[in-house]
Amino acid sequence: MKKRSLKVLSLAVASMLVVGGLTGCTKKQEGGTTTTGGKKIGMVISTLNNPFFVTMKDGAEKKAKELGYTLVVLDSQNDSAKERSNVEDLMQQGVSAIIINPTDSDAVKNAIQVANDKKVPVVTVDRQANGGTVACHVASDNVKGGSMAADFILSQLGAKSDIKIVELQGIPGASATRDRGAGFHKVVDAKSNVKVAASQAADFDRQKGLSVTENIIQSTPTFDAVFAHNDEMALGAVKAIKAANKKVIVVGFDGTKDAVDAVNSGDMAATIAQQPDLMGSMAVDNAVKVAKGETVEKQIPVELKVIKK
Amino acid sequence: MNDSLKRALSKYKTLIAFFVICIIITIITPRFLTVSNMTNVLTQVSVNAVIAIGMTFVILTGGIDLSVGSILAIAGALAASIIKSNGNVLLAVIVALLVGAGIGIINGLLVSKGKVQAFIVTLASMTIFRGVTLVYTNGTPISGLSGAFSNIGNMKLGILPVPVLITAAAVLIAYYLLSQTRFGRYLYALGGNEDSARLSGINTDRIKTWVYVVSGITAAISGVIVTSRIGSASPNAGSGFELDAIAAVVIGGTSLSGGEGSVIGTIIGALIIGVLNNGLNLMNVSPFYQSIIKGLVILVAVLLDKKSNKSR
Repeated sequence: MKKRSLKVLSLAVASMLVVGGLTGCTKKQEGGTTTTGGKKIGMVISTLNNPFFVTMKDGAEKKAKELGYTLVVLDSQNDSAKERSNVEDLMQQGVSAIIINPTDSDAVKNAIQVANDKKVPVVTVDRQANGGTVACHVASDNVKGGSMAADFILSQLGAKSDIKIVELQGIPGASATRDRGAGFHKVVDAKSNVKVAASQAADFDRQKGLSVTENIIQSTPTFDAVFAHNDEMALGAVKAIKAANKKVIVVGFDGTKDAVDAVNSGDMAATIAQQPDLMGSMAVDNAVKVAKGETVEKQIPVELKVIKK
Repeated sequence: MNDSLKRALSKYKTLIAFFVICIIITIITPRFLTVSNMTNVLTQVSVNAVIAIGMTFVILTGGIDLSVGSILAIAGALAASIIKSNGNVLLAVIVALLVGAGIGIINGLLVSKGKVQAFIVTLASMTIFRGVTLVYTNGTPISGLSGAFSNIGNMKLGILPVPVLITAAAVLIAYYLLSQTRFGRYLYALGGNEDSARLSGINTDRIKTWVYVVSGITAAISGVIVTSRIGSASPNAGSGFELDAIAAVVIGGTSLSGGEGSVIGTIIGALIIGVLNNGLNLMNVSPFYQSIIKGLVILVAVLLDKKSNKSR
């Protein structure tokens, strides 16, 4: 997720530099179902210019309809000023709870404060907020995802007695690196016949994924599987493994389009995908609960799924 | 120790440092010194080495080019989309290089005619062209590049991979430009003392502009190599590469204040960084310690350089 927020941030900076004042006059996108008579929930999404968040919105709308709520969705267009005015607009419309998918963990604090002042409960999705009062946070369970990757690899290798796995880590210290790695090691470290032959950082980058895997092939000519903390590194690893004519199971993380294509063509064995529709739906579910005054868990982990051929 | 030996030692200190590092890694891991790993290292080094060659030109004038990583990304993305649309390798390469040269001209003119500090100019263009790449690619990698284009990064002629041959050609051209031409002599003169260079009739603005063009072109070449190697152009490609290139130049003995250094030193600097990255991977050193080790090597190399400069 770190990677995406970085991308988004640089995109925001870029649009400020390149497009300049143009952003001010773009029209606000409004959507949402119009179930009359039901209560109203607000949802502020970082950007709808990314399929991931569009799917999240669709999941949220479906759930709202199911629960008999009206969902008002506003697009922040990756602009934290717009995000804040979106929240202010929703306060005017009298929503009973608000779901925020922050454009930036720090910049969202002010927007959350607006809702806090009006005593409207806030639920965050995907990106966490670094301040303000938040009733609960809904996000993918990266630790579980790491374990799922390890389980998948072990199930593919079946009864093999001596298993060697290579781990390609993300940026050292990043939360996705820590969580995905921790989940993976929880499973493989418990098995006596499984050895992590090499564990090296390739910084979530495809080119580094290629170079680091090339280097590991030099030091460890035989291994059975690669677990990469994201799909980009996994795709780099696939290049190196193909060039060396090896048959190795490669499992990535995120479920990007390139990775899903690679899974379908057989280059990658699997990718652990986030489920944005489920994230949206669970966010609405919990927002409705807090709107009714029920207590909810502070952290709501969302299941991931294994995409395989 | 006699004087000539001392002089030889100080002249070849980066080369000696390189061999010392190689020997240490060889002792720890026997997998290092094999033909397959050597070609592997050379291929990996070529990406940084080509950028660092252009960076040497810029730093020799006392400037800096932070925009190389972004130039690499936009050049790679443009090449990739041309390959995607019509598969014309020559056109893709030419467009990539022209874009690199074009951004170089903008950087150069802002530095020379605009009198803005190189750090600021290239910091701005680094940010802008990273953004342009994100807009152009819509934040997603351009993938599925195959055919003749993938030969640039992946084919071997004999035992030598094409990226290594490209790097070798770039070194020869750069060496020729710097040591055998008037442009090279003027460039060193400008880096040594800009005012006296100008007073002696050298068109310093023109030289200052051209070095950024060279740097833009080498960054674009590297962009083509990277894109071909991974068969995909990522909008984030090359981020942080400017620091690796600057490190290679500095480890290679080129002074950041300009006027002194050589492209041969830069290549050795790039080799040191490459061998270190490879060796740390081979030894499976924890990524946390890898940063510390790399930083220390840069520091030691620069300190060595300072000491020998003083004794001269």
